[in-house]
Amino acid sequence: MSATDDVRPFARVLTRASEMRARRLESGAAGDRIFKLLTGAMAYLVLILLAAAAFSMFWGGRLAFSTFGWKFLYSAQWDPVARQFGALVPIYGTVVSSFIAIALAVPMSFGIAIFLTEIAPGWLRGPIGTAIELLAAIPSIIYGMWGLFVFVPFMSLHVEPWLNDKLGPSPIIGPLFTGPPIGIGMLTAGIILGIMILPFITAVMRDVFMAVPDALRESAVSLGATTWETVGRVSLPYTRTAVVGAIFLGLGRALGETMAVTFVLGNAHEFTKSLLMPGNSIAAAIANEFTEADSPIYLSSLIALGFLLFIVTFIVLAGAKILLLRIGRLEGERA
Amino acid sequence: MLKTFLAATALVAIAGSAFGAEITGAGSTFVYPILSQWSSDYSKLAGDRVNYQSIGSGGGIAQIKAATVDFGASDKPLTPEELATAGLAQFPIVIGGILPVVHIAGVPAGKLKFTGPVLAAIYFGAITKWNDPIIAKINPGVPLPDAAITVVHRSDGSGTTFNWTHYLGQVSGDWKSTVGEGTSVKWPVGVGGKGNEGVAAYVNQIPNSIGYVEYAYVIQNKMAWGSVMNSSGRFIGPSIAGFQAAAATADWAHAKDFDLVMTNAPGPKAYPITATTWAIMYRHPKDAARTATALKFFKWTLEHGQPQAAKLDYVSLPPALAKRIEAYWAAEIK
Repeated sequence: MSATDDVRPFARVLTRASEMRARRLESGAAGDRIFKLLTGAMAYLVLILLAAAAFSMFWGGRLAFSTFGWKFLYSAQWDPVARQFGALVPIYGTVVSSFIAIALAVPMSFGIAIFLTEIAPGWLRGPIGTAIELLAAIPSIIYGMWGLFVFVPFMSLHVEPWLNDKLGPSPIIGPLFTGPPIGIGMLTAGIILGIMILPFITAVMRDVFMAVPDALRESAVSLGATTWETVGRVSLPYTRTAVVGAIFLGLGRALGETMAVTFVLGNAHEFTKSLLMPGNSIAAAIANEFTEADSPIYLSSLIALGFLLFIVTFIVLAGAKILLLRIGRLEGERA
Repeated sequence: MLKTFLAATALVAIAGSAFGAEITGAGSTFVYPILSQWSSDYSKLAGDRVNYQSIGSGGGIAQIKAATVDFGASDKPLTPEELATAGLAQFPIVIGGILPVVHIAGVPAGKLKFTGPVLAAIYFGAITKWNDPIIAKINPGVPLPDAAITVVHRSDGSGTTFNWTHYLGQVSGDWKSTVGEGTSVKWPVGVGGKGNEGVAAYVNQIPNSIGYVEYAYVIQNKMAWGSVMNSSGRFIGPSIAGFQAAAATADWAHAKDFDLVMTNAPGPKAYPITATTWAIMYRHPKDAARTATALKFFKWTLEHGQPQAAKLDYVSLPPALAKRIEAYWAAEIK
């Protein structure tokens, strides 16, 4: 027996092992490729779906766009009998009610999220957190009915007469708070929307504040920072993009909300500056009028409204993002 | 467990289809409750079932024109020309009434009186306060407050709105020329509630408001309705007899294909805002057997549908009109 004879089977075993490893690696590489392809396909599917939805609505609305042209955007006329349509009132209503909702919901969500992550005792965090998630699960029609049967009378008896008296005569904001206090209108819709999107924003904010590494937070505290300073200088800068994402989630929901808004907005195609008067929103107009839209131009105008909701949402979100980036840059310069 | 359930459902479905024919219809939401009640009672009797989808009158007309259903139902009649072009026929199936309802402290149901021009002026925004001399003049002794009127209308397109605006157009030339009639219109003033229940809820919520809803909602919600002056100058409260009187005295003889909206119908007992829903079918259907089944069903509703209709606060057609419809079937639908 020579030495080579001894080595050969061992070498053969070695080669086989490396072959197997290579094959496994190869198949691993193939798996990676498939994984990449699959996940990529899912992500692109979102883009394709978005583009397809936008395009099909544009296509459905082409009759309205070609008939009314740019006037469709700034005309407040909505006359199904004379077949004249303009989207100003629904666009204005959508933007204003969502703005009221965001103005109310963001500070409140922020406060709740900070309380839950920084201040609240451990035993309280679970129940409040669960309660907020449950609030998020309430269907919007329930908010709408609560709004109509409970909140509208409250607004009409207590809040709106007060607004009429105190703010109505003031010079610049006065026109926003005039009109009969019927409880139905833009302000009520905005508040209901604010309550609806509150749990969404809060839940995401709480989760991202929890994700701030304890080491960071503890270092701040060890340097003598108060809770307020820790939140403002450590948690918030660390989570800024995620917080912005949370606000966008809420904003997107507010812009597209239909049922709850329909109940308390008043659904009137009449342009008014007053927040106490009935208005309309894009989603509410579509939901209300689609079934009985009896002429092609009427139907097309409603679909065109859907396309405009896309555009409005895009502009609002893009605008918000630019604004927040600018604030971030200013803060960076200051530091 | 689930499997047995599914199997059982499948068996029921097969048995059902083997037992009798199923005809399909789509359209007006107004007739949905009574059509489902009639369908359920009729299927027990004859075995044939009617599957009705309440997708709205506009949708019903579109579906029958696409021939995807055996009949469409619309709260607004098609013109004879439009029917002829599409090869369709139409006839009324059930009657309802539309009532002005108010929410004024101290004014119970039936107390307030309206004339057509007053209702039109209120919905125009020309009369803005309840104690307006024009309202006070026809309502002596009624405590009318010095309060702004909040007008409530439908926010969704509906046959109720069509009949209401048609009536206002009948009694006010201004209304006819500026607002017009339709399932949705450009309302000069007011807030919009979704559906009859939405208008009823708004009127109940907002003090000093006025709205218009179908008879059944007034009865079920115990709302404060007002009586309306009819074309003979009498104030008429809503009643089944009043609706039937309007359907009986309306000028069907001169209405080709029953193309007649019977608001402001003549006759001393006629309730002025009476409405109907039309079924729309093909004159020469591809599947004659299915259409025959549908007509058999409608014949049964004309002759035996009264108790169910009354129970659901609808009104079945008066006998003279029913006869006219049966003659129309014989002549037009083959």
